[in-house]
Formats: sequence, structure tokens, C-alpha cells
Amino acid sequence: MKLLEYEGKDVFARYGIPTLKRCGVVRIGDSPDKLSLDGKGPWVIKAQVLAGGRGKAGGVKLAKTTAETREIAGKMLGMKLVTHQTQGKALTVEEVLVEEACDIAREIYISIVMDRKAGAPSVIASAEGGMSIEELAAGHPEKIIRVPVDAEAGLLEFQARQLAFDLKIPKKNFSDFTEFAKNLVKVFIENDASLVEVNPLVLTTEEQLVAIDSKIVTDDNALFRHKDQAAKPDHEASEIEREARGIGINYIGLDGDIGCMVNGAGLAMATLDTVKMAGGDAANFLDVGGGANVEQITKAFQIILKDPKVRAVLVNIFGGIMKCDNIASGVVEASKKVKLTVPLVVRLEGTRVSEGKEILARSGLKLEQADSLWEAAQKAVAAARR
Amino acid sequence: MSILLNKKTKLIVHGFTGAQGSFHAQQCLEYGSDIVGGVTPGKGGAEHLGKPVFNTARDAVKATGANASLIFVPPPYAADSILEAADAGVSVIICITEGIPVMDMVRVKKRLNAQRAAGRDVTLVGPNCPGVITPGECKAGIMPGYIHKKGSVGIVSRSGTLTYEAVWQVTSQNLGQSTVVGIGGDPVQGMNFVDVLKLFEADRQTEAVIMIGEIGGSAEEDAASYIKGEMTKPVFCFVAGKTAPPGRRMGHAGAIVEGGAGTHASKVEALRKAGATVVDNLSQIGEAVAAKLKPKARAGGR
Repeated sequence: MKLLEYEGKDVFARYGIPTLKRCGVVRIGDSPDKLSLDGKGPWVIKAQVLAGGRGKAGGVKLAKTTAETREIAGKMLGMKLVTHQTQGKALTVEEVLVEEACDIAREIYISIVMDRKAGAPSVIASAEGGMSIEELAAGHPEKIIRVPVDAEAGLLEFQARQLAFDLKIPKKNFSDFTEFAKNLVKVFIENDASLVEVNPLVLTTEEQLVAIDSKIVTDDNALFRHKDQAAKPDHEASEIEREARGIGINYIGLDGDIGCMVNGAGLAMATLDTVKMAGGDAANFLDVGGGANVEQITKAFQIILKDPKVRAVLVNIFGGIMKCDNIASGVVEASKKVKLTVPLVVRLEGTRVSEGKEILARSGLKLEQADSLWEAAQKAVAAARR
Repeated sequence: MSILLNKKTKLIVHGFTGAQGSFHAQQCLEYGSDIVGGVTPGKGGAEHLGKPVFNTARDAVKATGANASLIFVPPPYAADSILEAADAGVSVIICITEGIPVMDMVRVKKRLNAQRAAGRDVTLVGPNCPGVITPGECKAGIMPGYIHKKGSVGIVSRSGTLTYEAVWQVTSQNLGQSTVVGIGGDPVQGMNFVDVLKLFEADRQTEAVIMIGEIGGSAEEDAASYIKGEMTKPVFCFVAGKTAPPGRRMGHAGAIVEGGAGTHASKVEALRKAGATVVDNLSQIGEAVAAKLKPKARAGGR
């Protein structure tokens, strides 16, 4: 799950990580008057969306007066934001964070990621913050510092010291920095994160160390031991996606018009790829799971058909432990239940496949069958175009 | 020959008496796997599916001489079961459980690495995988047994149903499999592609390898450099997720393109450069292998 900036900063606060003084978070429907702007300013107003590149897209603004701050915050709410990370889609700004701004003397990049190959967390840092780490990694790989972390011991003293020297942290901030780095690693480990990023960490002109931004991604598998986190809304998931998750279906909405129902995540991904190869675009990724029964298939159909873009449905199921005749009965019953009106293409393979195909053929439903995934994809693309 | 499992494999099932464990252990028994018992804490002394139940893995290994573990324990406790199996001395641990926190696997990996460094022979497959099968000898996992056929194609994959698809195409070509290994879809896991490719390269029964990858991480790129430098047997690949949007987790925790790394294009390019055959269309992987392994039969068949 991805946390919004202010949610991440709430976590930081619990670990004593310094952030800018918060003046409030306003949501759509709130009045900007509720912001407590009692300082002398200036203030920074930041759109709370899950995408980098907000600044360039107009999602981060500075204001000198309280009136200006409230005005900008009010205008930002409800704004549509397109950044280089949103793949052309516009994100609606539903929440805005306002903080007291600071004067920046230096920017530093630091993050903790899960290094898959090492099977352990790793600190990634660079003395040059602000820009995207991908650009830096591509252009100047020598400027990136990596420190492997033992997940049980955390960042060790000597590692924190080495990091501080490598990043040329001034003497005055040295011990603040080593504390900060150790705490950031603690945030990662104790919250079951897969990414914790501060970009930038700044040294202010007043010689203070402050985390200006926060990006935290947590491991969904570990939600069972983070009840507070589990109770929070997943900002990234759409309404349909959340609903699907609630009934144990893994659904991700996409831009195309061919609804897909597949068992298994890998086969579901391969199905999207095959649809594309056949000249179409999938409307969704959907994994019904291993034990696809009538109830689950019905629910999956209902979820797929909530997307008004869908012009054809492709069912691709490899019946392993689940037998094809049972799946076929499920598909027939479910399509009758949901009164399916768009063309349906079914590809079954696996245990008792001939019995399954027989059931589909005799169902009286207007559906097309296919023997291979490739054939199914071609038929679905043709059906969607009719 | 085969890899990881064979006729001599004696399996114990962790989470033996649970719904998943019972169902799949029964299927494995029907396939002919030698399950010698199971572990469910608190149910030691009972009998289940005609096999003894033990309180601990240590008791099970001591009583049965088991050398492999098959784990169906629920996610919050599965990492502990992996370590328990390792401590009990089995050499192959296959963990089916989906949804284990990554941080738990980090701790597991650290301990298994320490055991190996101390000279212990212990291999983990998974978690979040369909398991391992050596057709005709031993099935340790949730894959449908009947789609397999004994043969010379080694298969290794990050995904479950996608593995079945590849297996079925190979069987439909009237070829068979030496061993099929599902390494699973999690970011931190036991065996990776290179570990399995090494075993296939050394296995006399295996003549060709199918490797099914997906977006996310760099396991396919690492495999490519091994294939280029060390592998003498032909490798056929498919990489799922060409059309997946970046930043979204596609079902598997490990299947996510982050910060421009782990893309489909980089994996395919690396594998092709290494000399592997990469099919764009999954439906053609069986044919591709058959064209290599039985060109004469195909030419004469028409």
C-alpha cells in the first residue's frame, strides 16, 4: 500500500524524524480557513496524490501571505493533476497538505529499498538530492551510495557514520544525521515497508536537517500485523478494485475494452499480453484465484461488467485441481445470473476439458470457445470490434 | 536423473491437518509421492490420511527419516515452519504458502544462508509457488499431476498457472518434463532462476529448459548472464507482463515494475542477447521446444 505524503510524515513523527511544521491537511469540502497559519510564513501547499513530479505539474506551491495560502489551497482541492508518473491519466487532488516552508541550503537523497537479490534491505543515498534517483542512477551511477542492512540489527553505528561522511554532512548536523538514518531504517523494518524514501532531505539555511517529503510503500502481506495501517483507505485502488479485493478477487482496472477473467496471476498477465498481440486491449487484470467456483465466477463477472468500457469478455481458465466441467457449469450459471449481454469467449484447458466444452456448447448461451489462448484472444478482439 | 525430487524423496507435510494441507497431501499421495507423515503442533500421535502426525518437524524427521518438507502453513506462521524444517535437517523445503510478509522471508533467508555457510545442505523453493514435480516419481505441490509426462524438458517458472500452461504444451507435443520447479512470485524467495538452471545444466535427463519469467526484479537478467556464460543446453523463455502498467503490483508481490527497473523489454533483450529463445506468444513455447528437440520427427510426420 502506498501512503500519502502526510501519512508518511505521521509515521516519521513517531520515529522522531524531523519534518516541516504542519499547518493542517484540508480535504475536498473543507474550508481552507481551518488551516492554522499562525507563523510568519512563507507556506508550502502540496497536493496529496500518489505520484512523483507534483512540483512541475503545479501540485506544489509557495505562498507568502495567509490569504494567498488559503486561496491556493482552496484552488488546489479538486484540481486534476497529470505528472510524468501518472501515465497520461489525471489524478484528482482530494487532500492538500500545508506546511511552514524553509530556506534550503542543500538537498540530499536517501531511501531504503528491499534488495531482492541480497534478500535484505538496502540504503540508497546520494549527496545530490532533489532530482529523480532514476535519472541520477542512469547518468551518474558513481554518485549513488548503497549500504546493505541487516534487518534484525538495523543500521549499525559505523554504517551510519560512513554514510554521513560519504554524504559530506556538516559537523554540526553529524549526529542528527546518524540518528535520522538509523530511525529511517527502523521505519522501514518495523512498518514492513518495501520502500521508504526522503527526497529531498534538506539542510536549511538555519542549519537544520529536515525531511521535506516522504514516500512510504508498505507490504500488503504484512497488513495483518499493522492493524492501524490496514484500517486506512488504499488511495491507489479504484472503487471497483477495492470492492474486488473485499471478495477475494485480484482486479486491476486498465484502459482497454476486453474484460478478462483468468485463474492465476501469471496467466492473467500473459492473457493481457496475448490480447494486445491479437490487436486489442484488455479492460482489466483479474485473477479469480485457484479455487474458482460458481460464486466466485459470478462475482468476477459482476466486477468485470461494472466497467462500462467492456465490449467483450474473455475467460481463460486452466483447470488444474478445479475441474473444467465444474468451471464450465460455473461460467454458464454465472452468465445467466448476471444476464451477460456482451460477447463471451471461453478458453478452458486441463482436467476434464472435453466434458467442460460439452457443457458450454449445450448451454444455449451465445458464446465462442477456443482451444488455445492465442485463438481465444483473437476471437475476443474480433468480438469486441463487431 | 532429475533435480530436487525423485523416487527416494520422503516428504513431510507441514500444516498437514489443515484444509489446504489435507487436500493437496491427498492429491500428492494419489500421484504416488512418498509422504511419510505430517506436522501439526498439538496433534502429535494422531493419524491423518493414513500417515502419522507429529508435533514438531524434529520428531517427524527422527521417526520417518524424511528428507523433504512441503509447507501449507498460513502466512503469519509459515516463515517459522520453514526454519523449523531446516532445523530438523531436511534438505529440500518447498513452501506453497502465499502471502508471507517479505520481512519474514528476509529473516528466513539470513538464517538459511548461515546454515549453508556452515556446510548444511538445505534448499528452499518458494514461497508463493505451485511446488516441484518430477513426473512419475514425486509430486510435492499443488499442480495437477496428470498434465505432466516423464521426459527431458526442465521447466522453471515464477508463476503457477503459467507453469501448467507450459507443461501442458510440452506434454501435448508428446515430449515430457524431467522436473518442473515453481520458484514463486515473491520478491524475496528461496531458489532463483540461476540456482535451478545450474541443476538442470548438470542433470543428465534434462535436454532443454523452459524458463517462464515475469516483470519485476532482475532474476531474468541474472539468468541471462548465467545462460550466456555457463549454459550449454537450449533455453526457451517467455516473460509475462509486457502490457502491465508500471507501479502496479500484478497479483504477485514480486511482479511490479518500479523506477524503470524490472521491465519486460530489459528482460527479453538480456535473454535474447544471451542466446536464449524468447517467444512473444505464450501459445508457441511448446512448438518452439519441439522444433529443437525433435526436428526429424516433425519433418517426417507430414
